[in-house]
Amino acid sequence: MGSPIIQFENFSFQYKSQAEPTLHNINLSIYPGEKVLIAGPSGCGKSTLASCINGLIPFAYPGEQTGSLKINNEEAKDTSIFQLSKTVGTVLQDPDGQFIGLTVAEDIAFVLENACTPQKEMLPRVKAVSEKVGISHHLEHAPDELSGGQKQRVSMAGVMINDVQVFLFDEPLANLDPATGKQAVELIDQIHQDTQAAIVIIEHRLEDVLWRNVDRIVLMRDGKILSDSTPDDLLSTGLLLENGIREPLYLTAMRYANVPITPETLPQSIRSIKLTEADKEKIRTWGTQPLSVQEPPKEGVLLTAENIDFTYENGFHALKNVSLTIEKGELLAIAGTNGAGKSTFSKVICGFEKPQKGTLRFKGQDMATLSIKERADRIGYVMQNPNQMISKSFILDEVALGLRLRGVPENEVQTRVEEALKICGLYPFRKWPISALSFGQKKRVTIAAILVLNPEMLILDEPTAGQDFRHYTEIMEFLRELSAMDITVVMITHDMHLMLEYAKRAVVFSQGQIIADDTSANILTNPAIIQRASLKETSLYDLALMCRAEAPNQFVQHFIDFDREARKHG
Amino acid sequence: MVKLFNFIDRKSPIHALTGASKLACMMCWVFAAMVTFDTRYLIFLTLAAVVLFKISKIRLADVKVLLIFTLVFLLLNNALIYLFSPEHGVTIYGSRTLLFTIIGRYTITSQQLLYHLNVVLKYTATIPMVMLFICTTQPSEFASSLNHIGVSYRISYSVSLALRYIPDVMKEFHDISLAQQARGVELSGKAGVFKRLKSATSILMPLILSSLDRIEVVSNAMELRCFGREKNRTWYRAQPFLRNDYIAFFCGFLLIVISLLLNIPNGGRYWNPF
Amino acid sequence: MKKFSIKTIVAIGIGAALFFVLSTYIAIPTPLPNLKLSVHYGTMAVMSMLFGPMAGALMNLIGHFLGDLAGGWGVWWSWIAGSTFFGFAMGLLGKKVRLDDGEFGTKGIILFNVAQVVAHLIAWGLIAPGLDILLYSEPVEKIFLQGAMGSAGNIVSTAVVGTLLCIAYVAARPKKGSLQKED
Repeated sequence: MGSPIIQFENFSFQYKSQAEPTLHNINLSIYPGEKVLIAGPSGCGKSTLASCINGLIPFAYPGEQTGSLKINNEEAKDTSIFQLSKTVGTVLQDPDGQFIGLTVAEDIAFVLENACTPQKEMLPRVKAVSEKVGISHHLEHAPDELSGGQKQRVSMAGVMINDVQVFLFDEPLANLDPATGKQAVELIDQIHQDTQAAIVIIEHRLEDVLWRNVDRIVLMRDGKILSDSTPDDLLSTGLLLENGIREPLYLTAMRYANVPITPETLPQSIRSIKLTEADKEKIRTWGTQPLSVQEPPKEGVLLTAENIDFTYENGFHALKNVSLTIEKGELLAIAGTNGAGKSTFSKVICGFEKPQKGTLRFKGQDMATLSIKERADRIGYVMQNPNQMISKSFILDEVALGLRLRGVPENEVQTRVEEALKICGLYPFRKWPISALSFGQKKRVTIAAILVLNPEMLILDEPTAGQDFRHYTEIMEFLRELSAMDITVVMITHDMHLMLEYAKRAVVFSQGQIIADDTSANILTNPAIIQRASLKETSLYDLALMCRAEAPNQFVQHFIDFDREARKHG
Repeated sequence: MVKLFNFIDRKSPIHALTGASKLACMMCWVFAAMVTFDTRYLIFLTLAAVVLFKISKIRLADVKVLLIFTLVFLLLNNALIYLFSPEHGVTIYGSRTLLFTIIGRYTITSQQLLYHLNVVLKYTATIPMVMLFICTTQPSEFASSLNHIGVSYRISYSVSLALRYIPDVMKEFHDISLAQQARGVELSGKAGVFKRLKSATSILMPLILSSLDRIEVVSNAMELRCFGREKNRTWYRAQPFLRNDYIAFFCGFLLIVISLLLNIPNGGRYWNPF
Repeated sequence: MKKFSIKTIVAIGIGAALFFVLSTYIAIPTPLPNLKLSVHYGTMAVMSMLFGPMAGALMNLIGHFLGDLAGGWGVWWSWIAGSTFFGFAMGLLGKKVRLDDGEFGTKGIILFNVAQVVAHLIAWGLIAPGLDILLYSEPVEKIFLQGAMGSAGNIVSTAVVGTLLCIAYVAARPKKGSLQKED
């Protein structure tokens, strides 16, 4: 195998500003041509590890390091970030941050420009590499004319053009919808085969990455490496769940059905896994066991949209005759690709945009005359990124802002804020500065700041984006509690797990129309809708087919209900 | 998204010039028109600008919105000047030819009229050139142009970054302001000025913090892709200098020289027919 | 001149984008007709203080220049120079009042406001009108009244917006220390 291209030996690192080391005694070797997945919950040190490999540590973020890290047989700290970048190409998580050029072609050429490559040489190289990633028809496009997936392709091309020996992908799936994520995984695999470079992927969405073969998975927690093994070995243990990583759903289903998972059954992908007839029988029977699930009683209609039609000033026809009814206390998911109309629809509900046609009724009352502020007393809107909503330095002030702006007397403000903080589990932190909170806690602050206005409905844009399994569960369980308190929760999302596990009902937008309005299980087992909404079949569906379950959608529904019960008690 | 700079892709000799020579030419032109108060020269510059506009194949309809803006600004500025100093021209030209009196000190003199004509001509001589530059230069070429006329490539790249992230910052600003409006933040309406300024900070604070985050991410990305490694850098979008570019450079230079030379026969910046 | 770090370059670019967006898209109406308060100088004051005089000057220069280019009223170098000076001056102040060190008490508030008033007065009372008279030979009274209105508006808006942003920024910096939960 030759010598490793990346070699950590007893490596520890501590940021200058932190009291504790972030990485402890790391020993890890990655060989040329290998494909390695580094997984672990938030704060486990996986991003720090990535920064060590590309040289941001120690050159941009100074700190104290012990042990050795060799990249291409040279001690990394004795080189420079420029020298390292010749070996290691990094694709950052935020596609807008990495897209520096004004057009696709310029961005791909960026590294060449910086190396003073003559223009004559740049043109053909940009063209060649853009063809490899399938973006050659968009060379003249500006970043805001591209989708997230296309921007990521540009980032990949911008790195590939340098003929690097290691590709480092930092959470490549974080900002992509399921279908685009699947294509990204395929593209990474293709780059791997074409270039024979080593690939390092940092990601906690394990099942999605395993759509294509991976040589090794390195599992991290608390700055240490917990395990370093083949996917088949790792998936046969319980290590993932114990450490806050979601295992592939088909494996969870197999565990519920008491089917043993061993390395020999090749569990790394639903396509590789080997099930005996007896196993299949077991799974099939499990999937038809009766469960007593109480349907919560319907409590009446909260919001109705009738024939909503909306065209933006620039002529983009975003909503075409959309009608929808939302029940009181419902937990509803709205899915669809970018530009399908789901965000526009929520903007119309909140009054940010005025539809040209159609009526919105809230508890029977026509909303046309209500201002943004008046609507906000009934319907709260929570943005994806809490940092974009928080404007005060202290939790109390932030949550009180909406009430104070409405001229509510200060003593009433205090009681209502305290109440909202208690609901959101933030009461013990009430005097803290917001900067001391985690991302998930900040999210709760933004929700508390909305709840304090006593809305009857919440609209959340991608409530769990970028969250690991633990934080995801935390946020979603909290939203479920809210819905149990009769607050209607509408989530705009393309996270399929979220839809499956938490939303009874899902509405799918495509090209400005609603193309499906059904249970999440039915939608995620319907190939036609999945394709139009840029979703992806759940692996449970594949498992159901493999085991020849009679009704795959019922099998999936059974899994959801069973899982819910299992997690409640376990 | 909003189109910032109204680049209009057509084939014309002006389009074919490099951004650098267009930028230099525009700057010279603006400078030449700024310095002189020779009405004849300003008329010449205006006519020349109109001719160039024709050559560039940019149609009036393409820049209608901008033109209306300019017109309003032009009227407003002239009105203000007259309001404050109805006999400014008299002071400048040192003579007074009264045509008639409107009321009190508001008189109409030939000198004042000539002065206003000069002010108007300064606009008409320069603004078509600025528009021409915007409409015929690709934003991508802007940064490399600056670099070519002598600005360091690092600062030139700042300009490119500004152009790149204006739409993103705009979108972010828009999103934040909607979310804050829903919470009751109002920038217009009945609240007092101070209250509204205070409200504005609840939009600006998240915007600043996220801009700082963005600075961090973008500078990391640039560092990882070797920005600043060499003393120079090449530009993907740069265009080779052709004969016309040298001519354009020369013309720009000539305009300034003429503008300065006119001071001699005129005995100052003003051409005084009185 | 010292070479700018990459971070400073990016800060100049993003700062200019902020200037552009804020100066183009928000203005607070006042009871006086035709006078709107702009909020970008308060914001740019903070950005300039964080990144120093040269960066502050350049981000204002580029932002204002691009704004003028896109605006259609022509490029007004006199006013651009005023903005540039303001950024430079606030950048200098940033060396004295270090927001990143997490201190902005009463002394900081006073220093900030004295500095911003002086900077605005020089920018809009001296530099911009001076250049206007020199380049456009406009009537002195008109220019100085415009200058006075401009500086008054900017001073008020920077006093409120800038001060509040500085306080908020300092409070938003993560601080070390023991935070205790309270029941």
